Amino acid sequence: MSKTTTDETPGGTDTRDQDQDLGAAASQLSTAPTEEPPNLPSLGVVGWARWFWRQLTSMRVALLLLLLLSLGAIPGSLIPQTGIDETKVADFREQHEVLAPIYDKLGLFDVYSSVWFSAIYILLFVSLIGCIVPRTWQFVGQLRGRPPGAPRRLTRLPAHTTWRTGAAPEQVREAALALLQRRRFRAHLVGDAVAAEKGYLREVGNLVFHFSLIVMLVAFAWGQLFKSEGNKLVVEGDGFSNTLPQYDDIKSGSLFDAGDLEPFSFTVKDFRGTYERTGPNKGTPRTYEVDLAYSEGAYGEEKKTTVKVNEPLQVGDAKVYLTSHGYAPVVTVRDGKGKVVFQDAVPLLPLDANVTSSGVVKVLDGYRNPEGEKEQLGFQAFFVPTFGGSATGTMISQFPALDYPVLALNAYHGDLKANSGIPQSVYQMDKTKMKEFKDADGELFKKLLMPGETMKLPNGAGSVTFEKDIKEWAQFQVVQEPGGGWALGGAVAAIGGLAASLFIQRRRVWVRAAAGPDGVTVVEMAGLGRSESAKVPEELGDLAAVLYDRVPGAPDPDDASPDTSDSPDPQAAPAEGAEK
Amino acid sequence: MTLAAATNESLAEMSNVLIYSAMAVYTLAFFAYIAEWIFGSRSKVARTAAALTPKTQAKQAPAVTVNKAGGTAVLERPKVVVRAASGSRDVPDGPGAHGGDEQGDLFGRIAVSLTVLAFLLAFGGVLTRALSVERAPWGNMYEFNITFSTTAVGVYLLLLALKKNVRWLGLFLTTTVLLDLGLAVTVLYTESDQLVPALDSYWLYIHVSTAILCGAVFYVGAVGAVLYLFKDAYETKLAGGGRPGTFATSVLERLPAAASLDKFAYRVNAAVFPLWTFTIIAGAIWAGDAWGRYWGWDPKETWSFITWVAYAGYLHARATAGWKGRKAAYLALAAFGCWLFNYYGVNIFVSGKHSYADVGLGALRSVGF
Ligand code: HEM
Repeated sequence: MSKTTTDETPGGTDTRDQDQDLGAAASQLSTAPTEEPPNLPSLGVVGWARWFWRQLTSMRVALLLLLLLSLGAIPGSLIPQTGIDETKVADFREQHEVLAPIYDKLGLFDVYSSVWFSAIYILLFVSLIGCIVPRTWQFVGQLRGRPPGAPRRLTRLPAHTTWRTGAAPEQVREAALALLQRRRFRAHLVGDAVAAEKGYLREVGNLVFHFSLIVMLVAFAWGQLFKSEGNKLVVEGDGFSNTLPQYDDIKSGSLFDAGDLEPFSFTVKDFRGTYERTGPNKGTPRTYEVDLAYSEGAYGEEKKTTVKVNEPLQVGDAKVYLTSHGYAPVVTVRDGKGKVVFQDAVPLLPLDANVTSSGVVKVLDGYRNPEGEKEQLGFQAFFVPTFGGSATGTMISQFPALDYPVLALNAYHGDLKANSGIPQSVYQMDKTKMKEFKDADGELFKKLLMPGETMKLPNGAGSVTFEKDIKEWAQFQVVQEPGGGWALGGAVAAIGGLAASLFIQRRRVWVRAAAGPDGVTVVEMAGLGRSESAKVPEELGDLAAVLYDRVPGAPDPDDASPDTSDSPDPQAAPAEGAEK
Repeated sequence: MTLAAATNESLAEMSNVLIYSAMAVYTLAFFAYIAEWIFGSRSKVARTAAALTPKTQAKQAPAVTVNKAGGTAVLERPKVVVRAASGSRDVPDGPGAHGGDEQGDLFGRIAVSLTVLAFLLAFGGVLTRALSVERAPWGNMYEFNITFSTTAVGVYLLLLALKKNVRWLGLFLTTTVLLDLGLAVTVLYTESDQLVPALDSYWLYIHVSTAILCGAVFYVGAVGAVLYLFKDAYETKLAGGGRPGTFATSVLERLPAAASLDKFAYRVNAAVFPLWTFTIIAGAIWAGDAWGRYWGWDPKETWSFITWVAYAGYLHARATAGWKGRKAAYLALAAFGCWLFNYYGVNIFVSGKHSYADVGLGALRSVGF
């Protein structure tokens, strides 16, 4: 058995020769674009266009664009963004009078839809498409073709082994072909050697990965264009149906159409919240969920569900999220004669973490003052679910749960200007035409109420009751963003492709068997991977061991020179001779 | 209820004790690694120099013989000769920190055993912390930190168990692990507590656990890249006929060859990149459920994306002519820098929807309530 170790002659010629030698064997082992030296186009628009295209689809430019993209994403994470938090942007504008206009010009308040950021990723994706298409064709060509024949000198390859055997060369080649085919190599016979290749899935994976990136981008862009995102506050017992006018507010993408809204409706049955009672996180929500009865389509059957913070209700493309919650005390207002002119749950907006809330009770119709004139009533309402006790004197809630609810009201009468045509917030009162009810001291009339308590308005103007039944409300965000499924599909495919691309090694194995000068068959095996890897020699060792079992070694000739393995190749011989 | 609370408190106590014990043992391991380096320096190893000094170059046989003798096979197997790709230096790997010195090797073994012990203690610390809060131990930065360093050491020990040549990582790893734990118990310490509902999702387990694992592996890759840069400079100097300082020689001679370090860093980074991709996607799915959009350029999301693109750039660089080697290594380090910033910088300096991981302050109402 002969073992060849490398006998390297230092010098340029050798390396160049060696590279040429590997050139054919390593050709098309990947579909990566070859780097050409930058040769400036000689003439013409077409020449320039072609040059530009070549540059754009080269690995170097792809790398540059990738780095630019990551650099470009940075400012958006450090400077407040309009799309994320508008109030912060407003604050920033106030504090930086010089910088803000410059930032505005550069699109730095909206980096991710700015011209320059878009330019980077669009260029990158054009480059990507320009890269994938030719690579795919090339790969199809490689699949149709066959692995290239063995290089002249297998000893020049990164991993190789050789031995002498008593078996005939044909026998060795046959055994090698069978072995490699059984190991799922694509193998065939070229001249005196078997050429085999395996690991095409690597290339498939790489192409799938890059293609999935395009799918993800398109899905994301699609989603942004057709997206809608609306908010709706619903008191327990009330309902919502998914049509445009029902929303408190709605934002949408530029191609969104009201007809795209998924048809469904729901009723809020019950909100449940429990809160941390002790410790540093006192008041932090522990349970936070709402029971709904909903139906899909216009006349769908009613189903029950529970929506939690991480678990939205999904209907078609739409998702219904629970975003916030608050209290809606039920208030009854009677006129001087005791007739009920208003009875409803009034949603109040939370002001702090312990749900100190404020809002307005508006009596628009049906009230007549003691003089018998039509009038409107307005009450500013402050509510705390857990009162600190009258000793504290504040209406600041101590805890978010309904431990000690107190409602504070002050009273106005007059004209709420609700019919002036200007849309009014239900949480604010236009006081320009309202007059204060006065108490005995001539001050604004106001009172703290416990559940079940009633306050009488001055001069027999009527009464207000804070009912025992305090309702809660939940605010929902309804988001409809089509294309999510495609984005997810693309992402899963990308991971699969990436794993195949990174973990599968594409490699070639050659087995040459030829009679040596003394008539004994010399077997040479060599392996070549796309990149250097420990797996290639390992696998080669395995293959060699199996083949060695089939065509066992013959004793070494006494005068074996280390170059034995090089000589069987008749073509190689003169070149070797010339070199040395 | 109160009984349970008491158990939880004693578990949390126990966790703290275990973490402090782990730190003590890591410190011992640290000294043992130092001893390994010191004793190793007594032996004279200058294989790199031998391989790269022009006169001896021709004699150095780069052949690494891969022996895969099967247990049952009686036949002698053909030997596979491996040679380096054309163009790269043929430099043998260093012998490791012990430098072939027996006493150094003994200290190295002690250091590894101590690392195993410290790892077990730290692991116990993380586990009891998790039990005390009855959830995954990743609710705040203190918990991230102890889990992160424990995972990094776990990765190191796993590589050792797989018989990879990585013992040279030990000193660098224990040093930084001590820093990380020190930071955790002093600046970042947070009483054990439950999660806000927004964090209470099985995606927490998936997204955060893979994020921590990726960070740990990226970290190991980054150490490889740094050492590669040093070793490569050393080899270049030698090949150019220069004479590096004795300290540099003593340290760098014992490390693997630059090419091996480069390959190590690449393998580690490449192996974990798909998992990092998955982490981001899992995060997007979670964001879709928690915040009503799967991608919204929140600072944490943005920096995950930047990290991802930077690592993709690194992988590309490895396949781009003129970008292999040192430039690629710088890219890998920049990418790890992005990961670190995402982990510390964004949590501390930038506020966003991800600001659960508050330092000290109770995590509050990040989801709009
Ligand atoms: C959208 C931006 C891109 C990303 C995120 C990306 C990401 C990646 C990643 C992670 C790899 C490593 C997988 C592997 O080594 O097999 C890779 C490989 C590769 N990419 Fe990209 N890529 C992008 C754009 C491009 C473009 C524009 C081109 C064409 C110029 C390109 C050509 C390649 C090639 C040829 C490989 C294989 C390299 C090799 O053979 O090792 N990629 N890409």
